Amino acid sequence: MNKRIGVLAIQGAFREHRKILEKLGVETVEIRSQEDLSGIDGLIIPGGESTAIGKQLVIDGFGEKIIKMAQEGFPVFGTCAGMILLSKKIDQSEQYSLKLMDTLVRRNAFGRQIASFEADLKIKGFEGDRVRAVFIRAPFVLEAGAEIDVLSEYEGKIVFVRQDNLLASAFHPELTDDSRVHEYFLKMIP
Amino acid sequence: MVEVASWKVKTGLAEMLKGGVIMDVTTPGQAKIAEEAGACSVMALERVPADIRAAGGVARMADATIIKKIMEAVTIPVMAKARIGHFVEAQILEALGADYIDESEVLTPADELYHIDKNRFKVPFVCGARNLGEALRRIGEGAAMIRTKGEPGTGNVVEAVRHMRTVMAEIRRLTTMPKEELMTAAKEMAAPYDLVLYVAEHGKLPVVNFAAGGIATPADAALMMELGCDGIFVGSGIFKSSDPVKMARAIVLATTHYNDPDMLAKLSEDLGEAMHGLEISSIAPAERMQERGW
Repeated sequence: MNKRIGVLAIQGAFREHRKILEKLGVETVEIRSQEDLSGIDGLIIPGGESTAIGKQLVIDGFGEKIIKMAQEGFPVFGTCAGMILLSKKIDQSEQYSLKLMDTLVRRNAFGRQIASFEADLKIKGFEGDRVRAVFIRAPFVLEAGAEIDVLSEYEGKIVFVRQDNLLASAFHPELTDDSRVHEYFLKMIP
Repeated sequence: MVEVASWKVKTGLAEMLKGGVIMDVTTPGQAKIAEEAGACSVMALERVPADIRAAGGVARMADATIIKKIMEAVTIPVMAKARIGHFVEAQILEALGADYIDESEVLTPADELYHIDKNRFKVPFVCGARNLGEALRRIGEGAAMIRTKGEPGTGNVVEAVRHMRTVMAEIRRLTTMPKEELMTAAKEMAAPYDLVLYVAEHGKLPVVNFAAGGIATPADAALMMELGCDGIFVGSGIFKSSDPVKMARAIVLATTHYNDPDMLAKLSEDLGEAMHGLEISSIAPAERMQERGW
């Protein structure tokens, strides 16, 4: 089956997601407005600045359309800023989010840029080596609701979660050559 | 194995800023306006380039209090400028926790021969370049992000266009060269050979490349995106315009929707007065900021 994945291209690392998906033989398309949302089988919300991306999701019902699609089972994967935008609650912030995943997320939770790091993660259900994960001013999940499946933790902090058709990572799988996280997301697409 | 401040982490933050606008701000209030408008980062400064140009004298790193207050005011990354070659200013900015350091020609250079050895730092650096050789020299020293120099504080985009076109043309030229010509190309542009090889093979810089210097309107931002840059720095263009809130928002949207002329037309309506512009020929060559550094 030929899957077509939309990558939200308001701001951030959307090109890297496209590159990794295209290496996997998947067609991709950049999404800049709600009209672009038709004809895709899944959506990726890339890393970037969650406030900058959120400011454009409030325009012309763009975010509302994504919320509606996701509530009907449409697969969405958010990385870093994408995790924040998918979260129901954001610690100490009133900023816009899609409020789809039952999580409380803290922004810049590991600290400023100087504390950004790479580490090897064990991910539930993944065979073989650990996944090299790049954390950049990354968030983590402070509280996860009952429906959340925790797929990975780093030093006791939740950094990779799934809730049915929704997937969110605090790290950037698009910045490494390891495509297993993207393959996992593709498997979530019916 | 855990690695802090790796090359991937340094260049990675710049990757996350792509498609976004980085705005010069001088107060926490301006920083909030920038964040509210959808800026992906702010540059904390004592004065915007147009005021630095007008004031003359020696321009230095901003007072630490200004940088700290701006860091407290917003949640987006905060950049700050150090003088070219002034590695102690850079150490201070790193100690303050700035997210990115701009080794910038907007400030008065502290060293006329040497730029900062940026590989020694944990915090990533962005540097200006007018051509590919200059960009690759800065990357060789450890810059994790490049921007055009343009001519800061002029509201005149012509120099940024020149620099972006030059870099892009030189990249294209390298990709068409047979390998035996690349060492000579490296020699001619005074650039590290390994980086010349990278560009020849990949057809792009190994780091993100933003436009900066003279961008004053949404149309300017979209033009630079069309020319192939990854994102936009706006210095004086926002807070020297008559309606900074509107201008900031319009430039952010124009950067995302740079290839949608209908959208750009809407964004160009009712913007108020853009910053007053300067003709480059009216600036004596010795006073052109882009000539600083090598």
